[in-house]
Amino acid sequence: MAKIIIPTPLRKFTDNQAAFEANAATVYDAIQALATAFPELKKHLFDDKNQIRSFLRIYLGDEDINVLDKEKTALKADDVVSIIPAIAGGIN
Amino acid sequence: MAQETFSKEELSRYSRHLIIPEFNIEGQRKLKAAKVLVVGTGGLGAPLLQYLAAAGVGTIGVLDFDVVEDSNLQRQVLFSTNDIGKPKVLAAKERLEGLNPYIKIVTHNVLLSSQNALDIVKDYDLVADGTDNFPTRYLVNDACVLLGKTNVYASIYRFDGQVSVFNYTNKEGVVGPNYRDLFPSPPPPGLVPSCAEGGVLGVLPGIVGSLQANEVIKVITGVGEPLAGRLFLFDAMNFETRTVKVHRDDENPLNGKNPSITELIDYQEFCGFSSNKEEDVKSLSVAEFLDLQNSDEPFQLIDVREDFEYEISNLEGVHIPLADVEEEVGQIVSDKKVVVHCKAGGRSKKAIELLEKEFGFSNLYNLTGGIDAYFEEVDAN
Repeated sequence: MAKIIIPTPLRKFTDNQAAFEANAATVYDAIQALATAFPELKKHLFDDKNQIRSFLRIYLGDEDINVLDKEKTALKADDVVSIIPAIAGGIN
Repeated sequence: MAQETFSKEELSRYSRHLIIPEFNIEGQRKLKAAKVLVVGTGGLGAPLLQYLAAAGVGTIGVLDFDVVEDSNLQRQVLFSTNDIGKPKVLAAKERLEGLNPYIKIVTHNVLLSSQNALDIVKDYDLVADGTDNFPTRYLVNDACVLLGKTNVYASIYRFDGQVSVFNYTNKEGVVGPNYRDLFPSPPPPGLVPSCAEGGVLGVLPGIVGSLQANEVIKVITGVGEPLAGRLFLFDAMNFETRTVKVHRDDENPLNGKNPSITELIDYQEFCGFSSNKEEDVKSLSVAEFLDLQNSDEPFQLIDVREDFEYEISNLEGVHIPLADVEEEVGQIVSDKKVVVHCKAGGRSKKAIELLEKEFGFSNLYNLTGGIDAYFEEVDAN
C-alpha cells in the first residue's frame, strides 16, 4: 500500500489523520481514494474539472510528479506520496 | 568596487566567522558589501533581520507598513512591549542598530505594491520574503524575476514551514526555478489554506526564519550549496523534515518558453480578491452597521467564522461557519435585513454569494472589513 502524507492545513478534513494508506495503481487513484475516504477533502483536492488543484504539488518521494508521469505516475507498494500546499503565512 | 575594510572593533565582533576556514575574511567582506531587502518584519522577519544584522550584512532594507501590536509579540521577538504602537520599521531599525552599529539600516515604511516594488527592489542584491499573504508572495517573486534578483523564500502556516531559494543564478549562470514554477496559482479565497483562519505556533517562524537567514548568508558568501531547485518542508507537529525537488516549468508565464508577464500585474485580482473591483454583493460599512444597531430596524446578524474564532470574541450573531452555511440555511431569515460577517469580510462575501445563488436570498449585507474593522472602529471611538 502506498502512503499519502497529508499536510497539516488539510488535516482538519481527515480527523487530524496525518497519513493515509491507499491500495492504488497510480497517483491519481491514490488521491481519489483519499478523497473518497474523506469526502470533505474532495473540493480542496480537485477543481470543478476533477483536476488536482494547481496550488497543490504532488510528490512521489522527493520528485515532483509533473516531471514523472504526472497524475498517471505508477505507484509501488512502499511509495510515499506527499501533498504539498502553497502556504502564505499566519494571517492569510 | 573598493574592497571592504574592517575596523579593529569589527574584526573582533566578527571573529567567530573569521576563524571558519570556508568563511574567513572573504565571506565577511561579501556580507559587508551586500544589500539585502527583507520584506515583512513579522514572525519570519524577526530572526531573519536580527541574524543578518548580527552577521554583518552591510545594508539591510526593512520593509513593512504596519505598527507593532501586542498580538505580534507572541512570535515577533524583534520587538518589545515598549514598541507597541510604533511603526514596525522604526522599532526594527532601533533594535538592529543597537545590535550592530557597523551596518546601515534602510527603512521602507510602505505597503509593497505593483507601483513601488521594482523601484525598491532594484537597489538590493537579494530579497528575503517573509510576508504573510499570497498577493505579496507573487508580487515579490515577480519583481525578483523581472529584475534578476535571488528571492530567499520562507513561509509558515500553523505548524508547517517551507523554505526555498528562488531565481538563484548559479556559478554557471543557470537560473533556478522561482515561486511560480512551484505554485503556478494561489488557492482561491475561501479554500484551505488561504482563508483568514490561520494562526501560527510562535516559535515556528523563529525556526524557519533562521533557516531563511542561513540561506541568505550562503547565497551572499557563496559558502555551501544554497537551497535552489529544492523546497525544504518542516512539520513542527510531528517533527518531520523533508526536502523535495523543484524544477523550472516551461509554462511559467514569467520566464518559461512563452513569457506572458513582462511587468507587474494586479496581484489582488490574480489571487481572487476583488478589492479593486466594485463589490458585487451588498455591503454595510461598520459605521452603517453601528447606525443599524442603534436604530429600531429589526435585523439578523450572522457570523460565518470558525468555532475557535467565535469563542475568542463575537458580536452575538447567529454562528454558522462558512462550511455549514448550506446545511444551516434554515436559520437565516428572509423577511428582514441580514448582516453577515467574518474576520475581515472575505468569507462572509463568499457566504452571501452562495446564499444568493443557491437559495435566492436578496436581503443579505456584507459587513465590510469584518469583526476586525468593527473592533477597530469601536476602539477608536
